[in-house]
Amino acid sequence: MTRTTQWVYGWLMLLPALSLLALFTHYPAVANLWHSFFSTPKASRPAVFVGLDNYRVLIDDPIFWRSLTNNLWYALGTIPASIVIALAMALWVNGRLAGRGLLRLAYFTPTVLPMIAVANIWLFFFTPEYGLLEQVARGFGFATHNWLGSQSTALGALMIVTVWKEAGFFMIFYLAALQSMSPYLAEAAAIEGASRWHFFRRVTLPLLMPTTLFVLVNAVINAFRLVDHVVVMTRGGPDNATSLLLFYIFETGFRFWDSSYAATLTMVLLAILATTALLQFFVLDRRVHYQ
Amino acid sequence: MSAATAVYERRGSALALETFAAWVLGILWVLPLLFAFWTAFHPAEFSTRFALGAPLTLENFEKAWHAAPFARYFFNTVILVTMILAAQLVLVTLAAYAFARFEFPGRDIAFALVLVQLMVMPDVLLVENYRTMTTLGIKDTILAIGLPYFASAFGIFLLRQTFKTVPKELDEAARVEGCSPLATLWKVYVPLARPTYLAFALVSVSYHWNNFLWPLIITNSVESRPVTVGLQVFSATDQGIDWSIINAATLLSAGPLLIAFLLFQRQFVQSFMRAGIK
Amino acid sequence: MSYARLSRWFTGCAAALASAFAFAQAPVEVSFYYPVAVGGPITKTIDGYAAEFEKENPGIKLRPIYSGSYQESIAKALTAVKSGDPPVLSILLSTDMYTLIDEDAIVPFDDVLKPADQAWAKSFYPAFMENSQTGGKTWGVPFQRSTIVLYWNKEMFKAAGLDPNRPPQTWAEQLDYAQKLTKRDAAGNVSQWGIQIPSSGFPYWLFQALAIQNGVNLMNAAGTQTYYDRPEVIAALGYWVDLAKKHKVHPEGIVEWGTTPRDFFERKMAMMWTTTGNLTNVKNNAKFDFGVAMLPAGKQRGSPTGGGNFYLFKKTTPAQREAALKFVKWATQPERAAQWGIDTGYVAVTPAAFETPVMKKYVQEFPPAAVARDQLPYAKAELSTHDNQRVTKALNDGLQAALTGTKTPEQAMKDAQREAERLLRTYK
Repeated sequence: MTRTTQWVYGWLMLLPALSLLALFTHYPAVANLWHSFFSTPKASRPAVFVGLDNYRVLIDDPIFWRSLTNNLWYALGTIPASIVIALAMALWVNGRLAGRGLLRLAYFTPTVLPMIAVANIWLFFFTPEYGLLEQVARGFGFATHNWLGSQSTALGALMIVTVWKEAGFFMIFYLAALQSMSPYLAEAAAIEGASRWHFFRRVTLPLLMPTTLFVLVNAVINAFRLVDHVVVMTRGGPDNATSLLLFYIFETGFRFWDSSYAATLTMVLLAILATTALLQFFVLDRRVHYQ
Repeated sequence: MSAATAVYERRGSALALETFAAWVLGILWVLPLLFAFWTAFHPAEFSTRFALGAPLTLENFEKAWHAAPFARYFFNTVILVTMILAAQLVLVTLAAYAFARFEFPGRDIAFALVLVQLMVMPDVLLVENYRTMTTLGIKDTILAIGLPYFASAFGIFLLRQTFKTVPKELDEAARVEGCSPLATLWKVYVPLARPTYLAFALVSVSYHWNNFLWPLIITNSVESRPVTVGLQVFSATDQGIDWSIINAATLLSAGPLLIAFLLFQRQFVQSFMRAGIK
Repeated sequence: MSYARLSRWFTGCAAALASAFAFAQAPVEVSFYYPVAVGGPITKTIDGYAAEFEKENPGIKLRPIYSGSYQESIAKALTAVKSGDPPVLSILLSTDMYTLIDEDAIVPFDDVLKPADQAWAKSFYPAFMENSQTGGKTWGVPFQRSTIVLYWNKEMFKAAGLDPNRPPQTWAEQLDYAQKLTKRDAAGNVSQWGIQIPSSGFPYWLFQALAIQNGVNLMNAAGTQTYYDRPEVIAALGYWVDLAKKHKVHPEGIVEWGTTPRDFFERKMAMMWTTTGNLTNVKNNAKFDFGVAMLPAGKQRGSPTGGGNFYLFKKTTPAQREAALKFVKWATQPERAAQWGIDTGYVAVTPAAFETPVMKKYVQEFPPAAVARDQLPYAKAELSTHDNQRVTKALNDGLQAALTGTKTPEQAMKDAQREAERLLRTYK
């Protein structure tokens, strides 16, 4: 094939996908930046260039800071937990435990449910007085507690819901990796006299590193992208204790109709995601090589 | 069962302990769902009381089904998911092939641009995409829900990887037989990438079946609403929540995917593993 | 002119005339958003209204669009306005008035009212008109309005030694009764709360009742000023917070609105504050004798109104507006308003409705139906200002902070007031 033919074929085949990506990912990101420098147009007043005004409002906005810190705590709470639990699940399901198939089913089922459904079920679960959690806790003699209605536990409750939903999904990836490990490694290690723990730490874990990174990236994206449960369970309350960044953007843009401020908030979210992407690239590049 | 660690398998009491721990976790994991089942299948008075002799009933499902046009919502969702998958398969195959087997200027930059979407999903760019849809005039249509997702960076990434592992000899053999590049793609590359396609299809279908925030914003009417938004509209009442009916509706919405998974779980899991997603 | 040509010309004219005639006869379509989830029992009632109205008015086609909760409905209505495809009519919260005006979405009814309609326009309860008028114009027409009422479990009252037919009349009595009605089990956990006032989602509504009862409403009539930090308002919040914190007769933390009626049926508490709109729900599901009463008085009795008004949208033709007005008048006729009130539990919006035989009979058989009406003289406008969503959110956040104990009532209200003033600055 001549070079020109290669160019033509290459670009033509790429064009549909790339143009859609440009329209719905790249262009909006840039347009967002543009709109964050203007005021929100209302019926009586068209948009006006305001420079960095929106960003100044952002810095002074306590709800923004609350949403941001909530999101960071939320990420910190859900990502390691779901990864560790997923790894444990994969190890158990991979081993010779009784009822493996059922266990795998139990672990993975939450993943196929829509987050909306999950949120409704857990809302019921958390209901004070007669929700399941309450009934179980009462059975053990604990006092009743309003999980979603108190600032100290609301975000934690949401974290539990997320881990419940995500861990099974990550388990599958770990399972795939575990099953593709060569059996000779274990035999060789056993011959060398390595203990089980030693084998795990020195052989299994490093071999699982690509999977862990993949799972980590997914988890980070989801920590910022998935706010369905906030919409259903707490609507950001009590007093913004469960407000996450994307949820605040959603409220600002579609309940308060303040589109330029929503654009400003989105810039922060984009910055966070871009930073994570850069970190991921550099770490991935160094540790892992795909063919 | 993995042969890899067979030599390190636990025995005796250690095995029993691990089994116990795994089972406790399993039960904890399945408990909320069981609770939802209980409430949905029993009349409202028993929704919070676990009397073993309580009568089973399907009336909650009936009420839920009639309380909102779930049939239409399911129809919308099936159309949506199918449309997205079809478009994705075509676009992603072409793009991955271009990246994997063709040399052209700007290829690496283009690939970097594609990878941006891995992190920055259309969901995050709600506000702007909403504006775009308004300009295009397709707001409140199923097409509007799916369009931002047609070009899937995840799919391009996966498939490019898979295509790169296809031996060049096969490519050359096809070329010698006089196949055009597109024919080569169809005859050689696509069949070999079947596990990847399957894994991708599963991920895509479950992701878009369960997607909520973007469809919530972009749809307004019953004719375009998918089942997740329908469920939310249904359960957000100003006048008091009837858990039995809401749980029944919830199970209805999650049902198809759940049943599909229960029936095909082996294939589901295996396709992920075979696709070599590491 | 040849015969053929003449006949062609004649046919052409006739066709043109016929189509013009048909066009003039083409039904005027009136789409309207109604805030309920699709498929509930209320949708059947509304569909029935549409069918009946169309039968009586063959030139008009009514198209109800069910748009979810009040929150979702205003979002959808504004979305539709912004994308150039608004409905003709909508039922939205009475408090959305300023938002709709600011977005240039609606026209005042004065623009379509004829002199003959003036009597009808004045026939509504004044309490409901407070959230419907501003700047001397009428922007909304009441349709499904409510107030907050107190529901109480008569059996529990009897068991606690209280007169089952006498609800608390004052704040002091409310507290006293609640203390007698709160039961604890052996471990010291509460098995029955005395009183429950929901605080999830929109605590401002219930709080407003307390503020009004303590003598101050939360905003001015023009929607440009809020009074969150007045001492009376802070004291009202203190009363609510103390019910849980100090006297322990009310659940701690945020109480979920949606599950409060269910809690009542499950006998988790003896008294609850919630909308009169829940009356039919409670009547059907409470398996015990219950009562409905006006809210207890602080310095005075009081409750905010609630619920939805008809709004007429701007981008509509004169024919559509006329048709819409016809429907609004039809829907608020005394008999229909009365039946609507009976079926749903909302307060019938005109005094005339309460004078109809069907309503009189209903009230006789079921006295609680009149409680909300009896409270109307004490009812005041619901919290409504420019940039309503955010100004209200400032108050909601403050209330939730105080109720969860992270801020004192004073601090919470001062912060809320500061935020509200910042938001309203551009509207003064």
